[in-house]
Amino acid sequence: MLTRIEVGQKSPATDSQARKILATLLEVFRFPAGKVDRMATFSVYTVEMELEGSQKNRIARELLTDPITEAFAVDAHLPDPAAVPGKAIEPFDFLIEVGYKPGVTDNVGRSSREGIADLLGKPLTDADQVFTNRQFRLWGSLTRADAETIATKLLANPLIETYLIRSKEEWARLPSLPKTSGKVDAHHRPQVRTLALPESDQDLQRMSDEMVLALTIAEMRAIKAHYASAETRAHRTRAGLPAEPTDVELEVLAQTWSEHCKHKIFAADIAYTDETGKRRDIKSLYKTFIKAATEKVRPQAPWLKSVFTDNAGIIAFTEDWDVSMKAETHNSPSALDPYGGAMTGIVGVNRDILGSGMGSRPIFNTDVFCFASPFYDKPIPEKLHHPRRIFKEVHRGVKDGGNESGIPTVNGSIVFDDRFLGKPLVFCGTGGLHPAVVNGKPSWQKTIEPGDRILMAGGRIGKDGIHGATFSSAALTEASPTSAVQIGDPITQKKLADFLLEARDLGLYRFVTDNGAGGLSSSLGEMARETKGPSGGGGGCKLHLEKAPLKYAGLDPWEILVSEAQERMSFAVPPEKLTAFLELAKRRGVEASDLGEFSDNGFFEAYYEGKLACSLSMDFLHDGNPKLQLQARWTPPRHSEPPPNLWAGRNLKEDALSLLSALNICSKESWVRQYDHEVQGMSVIKPFVGEKGDGPSDAAVVRPLYDRKEGLVVSHGIVPRYSDIDCYHMTACALDEAVRNAVAVGARPDALAGLDNFCWPDPVESENTPDGQYKLAQLVRSNEALYDYCVAYGLPLISGKDSMKNDYGRGKDKISVPPTLLFTVIGKIPDVEKTLTMDAKAAGDHVYVLGMTRDEMGASEYFRLLGITGNSVPKVDAVSALALYHRLADAIEAGLVRSAHDCSDGGLFTALAEVCMAGRLGAKVDLSGLPVEAGASGTLSPGTKLFAESQSRFVITVTPQNRVAFEALFNGLAISGAPTAAPIAFARIGEITSGSDLEIRDVSAGNAASTPLFSAGMDEMFARWRKPLDW
Amino acid sequence: MGKPRIAIITGYGINSDNELAHCFVLAGGAPTRVHINDLIARKPALSEFDVIAVPGGFSFGDHIASGRVFANKLKHSLAEDLRKAAERKIPMIGICNGFQVLVKLGILPGPVSGPAGSTAGISAADESFEQNTTLTYNDSGRFEDRWCHLAGDSASKSIWTKGIQRIYLPVRHGEGKFIPRDAETLAALKRNGQISLRYCTSTGADPGEGASAYPVNPNGSVDHIAGICSTDGLIFGLMPHPEAHMLATNHPQWQKLGLRGEGEGIRIFRNAVDHVRG
Repeated sequence: MLTRIEVGQKSPATDSQARKILATLLEVFRFPAGKVDRMATFSVYTVEMELEGSQKNRIARELLTDPITEAFAVDAHLPDPAAVPGKAIEPFDFLIEVGYKPGVTDNVGRSSREGIADLLGKPLTDADQVFTNRQFRLWGSLTRADAETIATKLLANPLIETYLIRSKEEWARLPSLPKTSGKVDAHHRPQVRTLALPESDQDLQRMSDEMVLALTIAEMRAIKAHYASAETRAHRTRAGLPAEPTDVELEVLAQTWSEHCKHKIFAADIAYTDETGKRRDIKSLYKTFIKAATEKVRPQAPWLKSVFTDNAGIIAFTEDWDVSMKAETHNSPSALDPYGGAMTGIVGVNRDILGSGMGSRPIFNTDVFCFASPFYDKPIPEKLHHPRRIFKEVHRGVKDGGNESGIPTVNGSIVFDDRFLGKPLVFCGTGGLHPAVVNGKPSWQKTIEPGDRILMAGGRIGKDGIHGATFSSAALTEASPTSAVQIGDPITQKKLADFLLEARDLGLYRFVTDNGAGGLSSSLGEMARETKGPSGGGGGCKLHLEKAPLKYAGLDPWEILVSEAQERMSFAVPPEKLTAFLELAKRRGVEASDLGEFSDNGFFEAYYEGKLACSLSMDFLHDGNPKLQLQARWTPPRHSEPPPNLWAGRNLKEDALSLLSALNICSKESWVRQYDHEVQGMSVIKPFVGEKGDGPSDAAVVRPLYDRKEGLVVSHGIVPRYSDIDCYHMTACALDEAVRNAVAVGARPDALAGLDNFCWPDPVESENTPDGQYKLAQLVRSNEALYDYCVAYGLPLISGKDSMKNDYGRGKDKISVPPTLLFTVIGKIPDVEKTLTMDAKAAGDHVYVLGMTRDEMGASEYFRLLGITGNSVPKVDAVSALALYHRLADAIEAGLVRSAHDCSDGGLFTALAEVCMAGRLGAKVDLSGLPVEAGASGTLSPGTKLFAESQSRFVITVTPQNRVAFEALFNGLAISGAPTAAPIAFARIGEITSGSDLEIRDVSAGNAASTPLFSAGMDEMFARWRKPLDW
Repeated sequence: MGKPRIAIITGYGINSDNELAHCFVLAGGAPTRVHINDLIARKPALSEFDVIAVPGGFSFGDHIASGRVFANKLKHSLAEDLRKAAERKIPMIGICNGFQVLVKLGILPGPVSGPAGSTAGISAADESFEQNTTLTYNDSGRFEDRWCHLAGDSASKSIWTKGIQRIYLPVRHGEGKFIPRDAETLAALKRNGQISLRYCTSTGADPGEGASAYPVNPNGSVDHIAGICSTDGLIFGLMPHPEAHMLATNHPQWQKLGLRGEGEGIRIFRNAVDHVRG
């Protein structure tokens, strides 16, 4: 029986959703006034269960409707309860109702169902379901075409949702809406198929393409050879399996060998030729650069516990506590369904933390997004959403995912470049906290014994997210599968997380990992390796697929195995703990299922209804894929330089104000404020700091243990635009930015650990990627810089991830993202009470610039403003930078610094403006004495001083009392005047004033006191800085 | 007596339980985080506690409306235990989502039609848990994290806000707009001393009227109300998060102001602990 309940607001005053939509129609869709002059929103619940009339009314009244603000109707049209006689006309001019397609996660429906079970006081069956729709009624002079636009471009994502439209006239003829069940049609009879591998390469490749296996021809050949071998044939005969592979086996192989899971490009053999023609043979970028850098600096970082092997990196925090951190990307799903894709990004990386060591509790999130301009005004290619929609929905997904999980979002950024139109980049990071010892054992270690039970807990399995791993390993095209999309369910995961930590402390499991890309196939495939003996061999599991709980019937066994349905963790549970594990899960409202056992016979085995459907040798599964052999060739690009008379006639004030409105520089406050930064009560340095809480902080500091003074710092660096010149320097600058952000708030440079997240366009040369050798050379150079600077800074890498196919389309329509590295750092701060914020604190404080300014305008935000790239990309001088960072850390520790802010996008000018705006104080500055390296001419033009993006620089303020001590320290002098250390490049450039004007002069450049380079009041700067993204 | 035993209710998406528990430790209490299902199974029972706290979070994801599904769960599984707790005159607090739960359950502000000061939040005669006020979508239409200045109402009966004239706390909610059923309900709340906290400017002034009150009044609450209590002052709910101002270093300007030690929020919890101790 279907019951349809409509709920609406009694007054427009509480319909804030309608107000927001109306504003969007006016401001974004540029609807003329009157086209839609009123809107009302309704919630519609379709309850599929046997109910009496009184029960229906109780559900509507007591559960679904707010008695103060809302009204409801059961199995009837709810007349607009907010209709004012004479003002709004019943029923509406157009009605739009939006609902999920069958099988798409309906979180509100699920909670409503649980509420009904409580209300009726009886357990419900799987057949009892609730489905939710959103209804919008519009009044105005709009046409059906307008209604279609509103439905498809604003209210519904046709990929996952359906919608219907009714005009007033249609409603007059038939004044009711259909009651529809959202149940999945489950008539398919699940089966295991045997698939003959064809002979020819062409047919093998076609098979891979048609099944979305994303396997190369070399890999298909390796599989064919494996099945043709006498050993395999003999094994299959013994096991009673056909000689040819089953669909289950092929899907498991494709998932395990996917670029997403196997990182084939980072493991490839690469022949790299540099610009001089010198060739270098690289056996695995990962081993040569990333792992090698960490091994090299490991002796300086005794606090490292687990690096690269687990779901996250783990470092020591105090004697009793460790912390973990991981960052992930979720780009392809976010391109198709930005809300669901981004949300699964954040809750997915939360699970990485829950699955680190014996289980770590997520204590903060970070997020970094890369989008095309929200004001992009050219045609949008097929299957892509407008970047403005991507921005809003990705933000909403990460916001809901983080906020609902009770994890504060403490650090992040939003980067704009129109090449992210083809694929937005959505980086989500999470840090965790866990006891260093759990039940008497170091918690970063975990094992599995043969005979341990395989337990899956959390959400159920559906078709959502099938082929996510293989799909993300391919370019986005118009034919990308829609089943690759999932929607997160933070509350199911929160229950799972609470349960997991309780079970951890009770010692109810031996091993835990998350189900992410590749689903059970991936998590169990990895776990099954753990039973290997020290001599090799062994490993394995026996899995019974029909025991996995499904959202709906009709899934084929291979789908159960590779589904990426969310909110699931896999556990190895000793048989004697099984009962206690299941009992605790039940008490916590978490579904847990016993799916089989771990073995050590060397085979990954899956049964379906008692019959063996998959038996793959563990060795072939994990090590049977052929290594890629790739070519890389570096030819430095030459961009045109700016005209020699660049500065003649430029209005530096107007340019500077324009920079404040640049998308990469302007205030992101209205977006960041929608993240919960405070939950868990650990915040010390928040995303917003300063007098009115709207200055952008350099890094976050949290205090994970309330009764201790130790803190954790987290920051990041990302500058994809420098890739246009050289990815080596892009990488060095991203790394340096992350480190200097952390140092700016008071971290010591030798207490930091790094995380690398690469997002690259496809770097493998092919018909569709003729410039593959160049893109791969960019990747090689990025890795070279990563190694060089990690070693120079003594910075170990603890975790990383790569996403290598960030392209859209083919041929001349292809859009590739600029090569992008997100570098995140995390580290320990001994005493949070010594940390610093970036805002100016008081009039009379001295303003200093630390670090050297050079003629480095290449790919700067200023050049971008002028439409130039140039070639003088900023370079990092590691030796002087590190010396500066240590000295600044000493000064902060000694209490000599009042505020510190790093110089990055937009250079010194942006930093000064932000320091003043955040503190609501003015400043008078003269750039004459700025430390510069200026080549032959010996000077830099004032514009270059203001806008060059030279790295490793800070703007700091120092109180008058501390001036002498501070300058002595930076000059490398003892109080006696005796030299104690090498001097650091720094200069006092002015002072903070009580006024509201920022005034910048360069007297050395003939810039007299009467004509400042820049002079503007607080209000003018704020207006320009806030305008672009204040919506 | 020993330290007051504090029940911190957890489960189903509640998420501010750890920091709230530590606040009660700092205030001199002995908190236990208890899963709602364990309370329903009476292992342990609510009767074993001296204070009950419903923390903030996203119980059931705020689906349908904030706090509603969790309130529905309490109503159908713990009503009797909650009623007895109110009869025992023990302090209860609901913070943010916990406040939404208590309001949607009708425990706060409780029956408002009766004679002033005659009833606690729940009475034996009233098992219907009638909802007289609500917390609904912010006027801004979105979730916001923002620090707010709050002024205590000198007429408030709340034992939780005793002696608090001003306090600085963050709000983090999308549904915090307080609306009474009607003008008479608002008048009764005022008459009964049930309005405990209001949003105010940094100098303690009224935020003003209409849209200009934003963001001082962050959500559009009627009469700028941020927290209310039962007629006996024992049951208290508020949208801002006192447990998020646990330590001075939580204060957004702690560095500039040179703040150290305990945060302002602890005052609220210490009031309850002191009340139980007598």
